[in-house]
Amino acid sequence: MEAVSTAAIEGSAGAGAFLDALLAVLFSLLAVVVVMTFAGLSVVAERKVCAFIQGRYGPNRTAIPVVAAIPFFGNFLKKNGLMQLVADGLKFLLKEDPLPGHVNKFWYMVAPAMALSPVLIVACVIPFGVYWIDGQIYPMSVADIDISLLFALAVSALGVYGAIMAGWSSNSKFPYIGAMRASAEVISYEIAMALSVLPVVLWVGLSSQTPLSLFSIAQAQGNLWFCITQPVSALIFLVALFAETNRLPFDVAESETDLVSGYHTEYGSFKFGLFFVGEYGHIVVGSSLFITLFLGAWSPFPGLSWPESWGWISAVLSLLTFLLKIAAMLFFFIWVRWTLPRFRYDQVMSLGWKRLVPLALLNFAAYIIFMAI
Amino acid sequence: MEEKQRVNINVNGGEYSVEAGQNVLEACRGIGVEIPYFCYHPSLKVAGSCRMCLVSIGMPARDRATGALLKNEDGTAQIAWAPKLSIACGTKVAEGMHIVTDSDAVKSCRQSVLEFLLLNHPLDCPICDKAGECKLQEYTHAYGRENSRYVERKNVKPKHVDVMGKIMLDSERCIECSRCIRFCEEFIGRSIFGFVKRGSRTEIAVYPGGDNDSNYLLNVVDGCPVGALTEKAFRFKMRPWFLKVTDGICAESSAGVNTRVWSRNGEIYRVTPRRNDEVNGMFMSDSGRYVHLRFNDANRLRQPRIDSTSCDLGYAVSRCMEILKLGKVAIVANGWQTLEEMFVLGELSKACGAEVYMVSHLGEDDGKLVSADRTPNMRGAFVTGLLKDYPPADLSLLAQKIDSGEIATVLCLRENLMGLGLTPGHFKAAHIIYCGSLENPTSASAKICIPLRSEFEKEGMWINRQWRVQKFSKAVDAPDGIADDSRFLLSLLGEYTSSSWSDTSVRSIREAMVSRITMLSGCADVGPNGVLIDSSSFAGIEFPEGKAYHFKGQE
Amino acid sequence: MAIVVERKRLSWLERTYLPQIVSGLYITLKNFFKPKVTLEYPDQYTSLPAGYRGAPTLVKDSQGREKCVSCQLCEFVCPSKAIKVVPGEISADSEYAYIEKAPSSFTIDMARCIFCGMCEEACPERAIVLQTEFSLNGLSRSELLRDKRSLYAAGGILPDKIMKWKKVKDNSELEGSH
Repeated sequence: MEAVSTAAIEGSAGAGAFLDALLAVLFSLLAVVVVMTFAGLSVVAERKVCAFIQGRYGPNRTAIPVVAAIPFFGNFLKKNGLMQLVADGLKFLLKEDPLPGHVNKFWYMVAPAMALSPVLIVACVIPFGVYWIDGQIYPMSVADIDISLLFALAVSALGVYGAIMAGWSSNSKFPYIGAMRASAEVISYEIAMALSVLPVVLWVGLSSQTPLSLFSIAQAQGNLWFCITQPVSALIFLVALFAETNRLPFDVAESETDLVSGYHTEYGSFKFGLFFVGEYGHIVVGSSLFITLFLGAWSPFPGLSWPESWGWISAVLSLLTFLLKIAAMLFFFIWVRWTLPRFRYDQVMSLGWKRLVPLALLNFAAYIIFMAI
Repeated sequence: MEEKQRVNINVNGGEYSVEAGQNVLEACRGIGVEIPYFCYHPSLKVAGSCRMCLVSIGMPARDRATGALLKNEDGTAQIAWAPKLSIACGTKVAEGMHIVTDSDAVKSCRQSVLEFLLLNHPLDCPICDKAGECKLQEYTHAYGRENSRYVERKNVKPKHVDVMGKIMLDSERCIECSRCIRFCEEFIGRSIFGFVKRGSRTEIAVYPGGDNDSNYLLNVVDGCPVGALTEKAFRFKMRPWFLKVTDGICAESSAGVNTRVWSRNGEIYRVTPRRNDEVNGMFMSDSGRYVHLRFNDANRLRQPRIDSTSCDLGYAVSRCMEILKLGKVAIVANGWQTLEEMFVLGELSKACGAEVYMVSHLGEDDGKLVSADRTPNMRGAFVTGLLKDYPPADLSLLAQKIDSGEIATVLCLRENLMGLGLTPGHFKAAHIIYCGSLENPTSASAKICIPLRSEFEKEGMWINRQWRVQKFSKAVDAPDGIADDSRFLLSLLGEYTSSSWSDTSVRSIREAMVSRITMLSGCADVGPNGVLIDSSSFAGIEFPEGKAYHFKGQE
Repeated sequence: MAIVVERKRLSWLERTYLPQIVSGLYITLKNFFKPKVTLEYPDQYTSLPAGYRGAPTLVKDSQGREKCVSCQLCEFVCPSKAIKVVPGEISADSEYAYIEKAPSSFTIDMARCIFCGMCEEACPERAIVLQTEFSLNGLSRSELLRDKRSLYAAGGILPDKIMKWKKVKDNSELEGSH
């Protein structure tokens, strides 16, 4: 980051353009690497955490021959199931890729990509940290756009198209029902989610010109995190997030008990792997949103933030803080999954429409009144 | 047939009318009341030595002075019960007899009898070949005590005694029923077994010296209710509960002994007699038990051959058809073929104008269950019209006709032509098609060889010396690559006639045969006892069989 | 007739599910830090309980004689048809000739065996015993076919007091024993 900032100080106009391009590439890489790495790690974490909660060890046997021979480090990877991640990934890549005879081939092939790509797109607007150039503060994001919050909400909801395409093109009953459920769930909870964010935007709007920018929202929590000032909004957003990402207790779209495997029943091998990574990527991005909106983004504690005077150290610390928070959120997601049983489909719907939407409306109204005063 | 006299008896409180003259045991069996027994045997004299069939018997009481029947107060007949239990096998039924087979006294009596029998019984059922079909085992299970009270050491008796190389005698297992003794005396006609020693030391022994062998000796093994006498050939081969039992007819001779064939996984383990009181009673010859060994692996014809080269069955059959059309055909049939095959063969000979030859296979008539005619179905050839006169012992007539060039093709079924007057020269002069189960000199030099099934691998009917049509079923599957006899013959017939046999099963051939041959009209579904047919139209023919067991000879 | 169970009326707080969810999360978190119950199998072995039904084996008596008399009851009772016995005769000059019968071949197909223990139950000689071996594997089906020799090797000796082959040879010996 220091190289970047010194270059920016000395740079001419041409050098500035080059620097912008370099930063763009760097941040794109950051977005992809953060999302994909966390998605991968969360697969391992899922298995490990679930095992620990159930009194087991989880994956601790898989070993890549040469790597496992490295003292300490090899054993560390083996015991923590990290090599299992490699093995799983290799399996997804190398096993036969079946194409059922009864599917609509084009949409069947497109669906997995459709499930994963919105995740990566949304990752572009998330400010993973901050850095300073000439005393000016910038977000560590690929694109710092004014309406990044709207963009994130809109695009991440597109992920459900993957499920719908998969369910429809699979031409089989369980995937179809799964897809219907997924779309119904997204529609229901998107409303509650958007309504729960509105008070935040209002709050930010009091002080900022761009209240729909995630960066502004993050900055607005310099003193107090929104989860403290707006606990009800945070709760509604969190519940809706669980539903949006199709996680337990809301994973009716792929509930094994009644739908075999839901919308990706007919998928195998790498295409299934894309759905799998897409699902975890969705969680990572969703967590990032939640962190940005309610958990103070890169601020380590409520009321604290990394001081500008530390220069690039603060920049790195802000990034690490953000990543740590993502990790904590992932743990929370997994923890909830292995604690709560799955809701019935009708329970999911009634919770969404009859509880969360009215509550979000009330909450919104209350904050309008509060802020008007 | 005269109406048998009947008597009314009361068994366990129920009134029944049964045939007079039979003993209580048979009468009760007839009405479905089982009385256990060891020493009784329907074909042998009553010994009454095992005491297993003890039942309470009573007769209507009579006034000693007047002889009038006494009545109870309620008007029913007063019964004078015998003070002790009586043996059911040795008591004839009588009018008004009351029998109780399920009272506590009878039950405890059976239990005690079994306890005594088991005192010195070695109880080595895991080793004993009889286990699984042992009367002592079955009755102990049904009527015996569940534990033993005997604490002394058991008697020691000779075990492992070889009897004429056929039987293993284990005296410890013997329960002294004397069935073997009685069988030898009554059926074979001389004493072979006898009791020696006394009391609990009594044991069965073979008379020293003398002629103790007989072709019927193995029937004592079937008769032995325990494992004292076991067949050496079957010793430790297989437990009876693994064996599949099929009804067969003995192929040894025209006596038509009813048999049971015991097999497992396509292997025949033993052949035992099946009860047919009209034919063989409950017995069969020892030699008949081993007829299945004829078809052992070594000399089995397994592959169709043309000019000594193995080939596909379908190709061999199509070559047969070409050769049969080269000139005049002679068919050599045999007396082991089923009635159904003979019928198809008859149709074939009519269709292609072939002459049918047969050969007689004669042997010594032992006056019991091995007759002079050693083929089981020679009479079938008369009934199906293959034969008019009893055939000679060789085929010199056929040889002459081949020499004269009159016969171009010979379709030979089973018979070994080389030993029956044909020379290798005849094999060159005519086309010889050999169809059979076994390799022999004829199969070695025949132009075409078609492997056929043995009589244990097919079903059908045979007519025995009494002109009794008897059915037998398939015991084991034929090895791979062996033609189905009737289907093979039908495919030959199909070449000459337009009549199509869509259903080539033996059943459909039988239906056609029964509808065309009036003599067999009652034989569409032959029961276990067989069906006697009217033989008056063959009265002029001289048959070789003499008077024998259940056979009055030719009248 | 169905029984209608009266449901407890939930309080307002309970109907939000939140306290229950939090307490549930607390329970799973507690479990997260509890010691693991997993037995790391190939590295650690557990002690098998008495009566454990592992691989069926053939045993010899304390004199080293094969107890099996090839009665084939195990073959008969075997529900998966894993056992195949070919009975044979003990030669007359053998020390154990009194037993008369012994298997000439005894095969158990471990790929078929379901470890039900019916063979052990049926055996009148206590010759076939399910022991503790449970990890049976091979690279081919034929490797899992255990013949008489390997069954005896796996079985070992059952030290019971039954000496079936020791037998008084004559009644005169009996006389003295009373």
